[in-house]
Amino acid sequence: MSETVSKQDVMHIATLARLQFDDETAERFKNDLNNILGYIDKLNELNTDNIEPTSHALDVYTVTRPDKAAASLSNEDALKNSASTENGCFRVPKVIE
Amino acid sequence: MMSYEPVIGLEVHVQMSTDSKIFCTCSNKFGSDPNTNVCPVCLGMPGVLPVLNEKVVDFTVKAGLALNCQIRNKSVFARKNYFYPDLPKAYQISQYELPICEHGHIDIELEDGTTKRIGITRIHIEEDAGKLNHEADASLVDLNRTGTPLMEIVSEPDLRSAEEAKAYLQKLKTILEYVEVSDCNMEEGSMRCDANVSIRPDSNAPFGTRAEIKNVNSFRNVERAIKYEQKRQEKVLKEGGKIVQETRLFNADTGVTASMRGKEDAHDYRYFPDPDLVPVVLENKFIDDIKAWMPELPDAKRERFMKEYALSAIDAEFLVSVKAYAEYFESAVKAHNNPKGICNWIMGELMRRLNEKQCAINEAGIAPENLAEVVKLIDEGKISGNIAKQVFDESAETGRKPANIVAEKGLVQNSNEDELEAIVKQVLEANPAEAERYKNGEQKLQGFFMGQIMKASKGKANPGVVAPLLKKLTS
Repeated sequence: MSETVSKQDVMHIATLARLQFDDETAERFKNDLNNILGYIDKLNELNTDNIEPTSHALDVYTVTRPDKAAASLSNEDALKNSASTENGCFRVPKVIE
Repeated sequence: MMSYEPVIGLEVHVQMSTDSKIFCTCSNKFGSDPNTNVCPVCLGMPGVLPVLNEKVVDFTVKAGLALNCQIRNKSVFARKNYFYPDLPKAYQISQYELPICEHGHIDIELEDGTTKRIGITRIHIEEDAGKLNHEADASLVDLNRTGTPLMEIVSEPDLRSAEEAKAYLQKLKTILEYVEVSDCNMEEGSMRCDANVSIRPDSNAPFGTRAEIKNVNSFRNVERAIKYEQKRQEKVLKEGGKIVQETRLFNADTGVTASMRGKEDAHDYRYFPDPDLVPVVLENKFIDDIKAWMPELPDAKRERFMKEYALSAIDAEFLVSVKAYAEYFESAVKAHNNPKGICNWIMGELMRRLNEKQCAINEAGIAPENLAEVVKLIDEGKISGNIAKQVFDESAETGRKPANIVAEKGLVQNSNEDELEAIVKQVLEANPAEAERYKNGEQKLQGFFMGQIMKASKGKANPGVVAPLLKKLTS
């Protein structure tokens, strides 16, 4: 079977997703992903030339709400799950731009 | 020496002035205490469902039509994935392949009086991220801004100088203010700009590699950042180097752009359709209703002002540059039909007052009818230009009618020849040496005498009557 996903691809995606794998796991993911893509590849047998790509499976469109503001959480509740806070803000390790 | 031509495209983020956020009911107010306009949706809690604010669609279509775009009948939201502490979900809801507006343009006026058409590639809807404040050893995250509705307006690479870029931005701001979708305040961040800049040896050469300049937050800084970047790239090429495609941050304090190193992965956003939000499908009737609502836009208004009020292009351009100025002007002209006179007073005394008070035109204290009355009093010969300024200021301070101020303070212009002749004589006698020189042809002394006569009459002398009298009495 052809290899659509290389080990390099797996490592790249892992970096973007902030995940770390050892070599063995990366190899396994590579094989799993190639198997999955190979299976899905069967769909390419169909002619989809004149078919609009599907973004959603539901036949529902344009769900909106009126522009009306309502109460928000209290600052205390908003910060409740945070490991560290300061002056009403979430405190995180310094980000340097 | 070899010179290069810059090629510039702008990506402008505009915060929409809705009451609530784009996908939740938190307030979209600016300046609240940190993390008080937040809820599970905009905090990125698991299991929540974003629901689109209908006004966001309305506003974006208004902007799209005002910028001559085609409106897509179907557009789709996509997730843009990246990690940053100001983005709690670790993805931004945006639009990618199917933006709501495409293929627009605006015309900008150049220094030499010609106009140039600048293409608009697309406008898409997205949510804003939160705000970071950096301290010595930590960063503090305020998520009030998270979920503020934005439209991103992307221009074609049609701009060829920093000045053109600034003119484009100013025109964009004016148009967006006309359709009332944003207050477009660059200093407060409700309008932000990224600039894509490249250079090439001449206007027939293919585009060079571009750098994306981020973080530009005023009209002046857009100009500064582009000029700096242009020079930097020229220097690299002249030294035999190559431009690298990269993102650079503009520092307003130093005026320098610096590379954001190590972000080469940052552009791999892995967009995909957001399964939480269904596509937006717009009926033709919805779009037609907005077309019918559209106000007269600046270009059309300028043409009409020139035709209807016989104003010069410069005067008309000034009046339409801010919607409130144009409305003020038309109200004033309705009260007294002297368009040119009223335009001069708006451009002169009223603008001086706005600068002094740092206020908007409707906060200046002088209603358009009152400014019109000042001009009318001059036109009827009742007050002189100098007295008029005094009356204008007093009316602006107190809100009282100019005619009442004039009547009460006895400021009516004096056109009585006998009285004025007496004053002229008196002034000539008081300044015999100057009078002699003036008689001998020293024309520039006329200004001196007119000044003395105005002073002696407490500003009330009608200059049109005084001038011939002065001539008569000195010949």
